[in-house]
Amino acid sequence: MSIDVLLQQIVNGLVVGSVYALVALGYTMVYGILQLINFAHGEIVMIGGPTSVFATKWLLSMGRPSLLALLIAILVAMVVCAVVGVAIERVAYRPLRNAPRLAPLITAIGVSILLQQLAILVFGRNYFTFPELISRDPITIGVVTVTMNEIVILLASVALMAALLWLVHNTKIGTAMRATAENQKVAGLMGIDVNKIIAITFAIGSGLGAIAGVMVASNYGQAHYYMGFMLGLKAFTAAVMGGIGNLWGAMVGGLILGLVENVGLIFVRGDYKDIFAFVVLVLVLIFRPQGLIGERVAERA
Amino acid sequence: MTAMLDVKKLQVAYGGIKAIKGIDFHVNEGELVTLIGANGAGKSSTLRALSGLIKPAGGTVTYKGRDITGVPSHALVGLGIALCPEGRGVFARLNVHENLLMGAYSRDDKAQILREVDEIYTMIPRLKERTLQMAGTLSGGEQQMLAIGRAMLAQPKLLMLDEPSMGLAPLMVDKIFEIIRLIASRGTTILLIEQNAQLALENATRGYVLESGEITLQGDAKVLLADPRVKEAYLGG
Ligand SMILES: Nc1ncnc2c1ncn2[C@@H]1O[C@H](COP(=O)(O)OP(=O)(O)OP(=O)(O)O)[C@@H](O)[C@H]1O
Ligand SMILES: [Mg+2]
Repeated sequence: MSIDVLLQQIVNGLVVGSVYALVALGYTMVYGILQLINFAHGEIVMIGGPTSVFATKWLLSMGRPSLLALLIAILVAMVVCAVVGVAIERVAYRPLRNAPRLAPLITAIGVSILLQQLAILVFGRNYFTFPELISRDPITIGVVTVTMNEIVILLASVALMAALLWLVHNTKIGTAMRATAENQKVAGLMGIDVNKIIAITFAIGSGLGAIAGVMVASNYGQAHYYMGFMLGLKAFTAAVMGGIGNLWGAMVGGLILGLVENVGLIFVRGDYKDIFAFVVLVLVLIFRPQGLIGERVAERA
Repeated sequence: MTAMLDVKKLQVAYGGIKAIKGIDFHVNEGELVTLIGANGAGKSSTLRALSGLIKPAGGTVTYKGRDITGVPSHALVGLGIALCPEGRGVFARLNVHENLLMGAYSRDDKAQILREVDEIYTMIPRLKERTLQMAGTLSGGEQQMLAIGRAMLAQPKLLMLDEPSMGLAPLMVDKIFEIIRLIASRGTTILLIEQNAQLALENATRGYVLESGEITLQGDAKVLLADPRVKEAYLGG
């Protein structure tokens, strides 16, 4: 194994891992506030893909410059996904908030299937080509080859994660999110509208997921109705690996998963790539069930 | 004169079981009223119903002439009602400063809020030394002080306290009651729930005795303190 190959796989791993991290944040935020695994999150991410394809194509056909088209398409995808995420919470999860844990979990799986079927109805079963708005031509930097598209994905992910951390730790709304995650009743006593905070959490998680969906679509040049399935599963794995409910855990978990998968490719045929994610998950769950960064089950008042 | 808080025929039920069986009481502006009773008498249930944490099974709650029965807790804060819940309920993973700011969540006047946070720090210096400490790592007494300070940041007209002395050493209990007296002397109306009947009645203007979900005695705090029935049941003979 040459060091060049290793470096190349590390770079690839960071790019993929940063997308996992963005998606993992959506799982972990919702889990942190509701102790609910929102299995539909992967499908929300998926919706961002085709939505952005249609939006960019339409904007380009209107003669908009490609970067502007991309930015607007991202915004459109974020809004659509946020609306879907908030609607799911309102319609499917909120009525079950005091139900036994299993009920919302099964509902989440149901919602996930429902969203996939809806996507087929709305978008069809085709693969959609995502226009090359940011160049996917390989650039060689030293010994590694990357595309401008990948560089943008990496930088944008880092910026988004930094922005989220800042929001959660330095703003009133972020502090209210943490307070609500810890104790909804007391949060209510502070004047915090808990339902509103939960809706905002879903909106933010879904918005980040939408961006991840656009990133995947632009990186592979295509979007389709089941692109959310494996991505969602991997990101969920990353969130659990890092310690579900913990923002840093989701980010670190996503990056590690991306790295393990891509570095692992040096040793194993590409067909087996997906196995790594789950092997790592099993190992972490055996040796560190609370996740790499997760706290032991928090004491509750 | 109409009461600031007027509770009529209040009932609270868990499942089919009535914990509060239709009680009447009131709190006038400027008073410190206490509700005393043994474990399980229904003191916390009463406060939970008043503060919108649970919906009453019956009866009405009127605050400043306005029917607030069943209004959710987050909507009551803006009306000037704050509850310091049983067991303090500080946000363990938020630091002291963030906990205090959450008390002012429904307000927008940032500069004034920060001034009041400073006032709290002056009133309770122990909190000032620990601004950046996670609230979960504070001692029980410090947590209680934080919970009271946090409630004050909502600028309540009516402050409801659920057993602020619970689980605290006598010295700390004295400190907490010193703070409560100070708050009362500055004009905040207080509804205080206590198991420590002696201390509660010594500090209150009026009191009610709650037994198995019903009010059995009521009156001037000094009179209740001297009442043989209260003495026997709550003041250790
Ligand atoms: N969530 C609940 N579900 C069922 N029963 C409850 C619930 N909360 C309280 N109760 C019951 O209601 C009655 C009154 O309880 P409450 O907590 O109001 O008592 P309390 O006077 O505050 O007691 P303490 O001094 O121990 O805090 C008790 O019999 C209690 O078991
Ligand atoms: Mg109680």
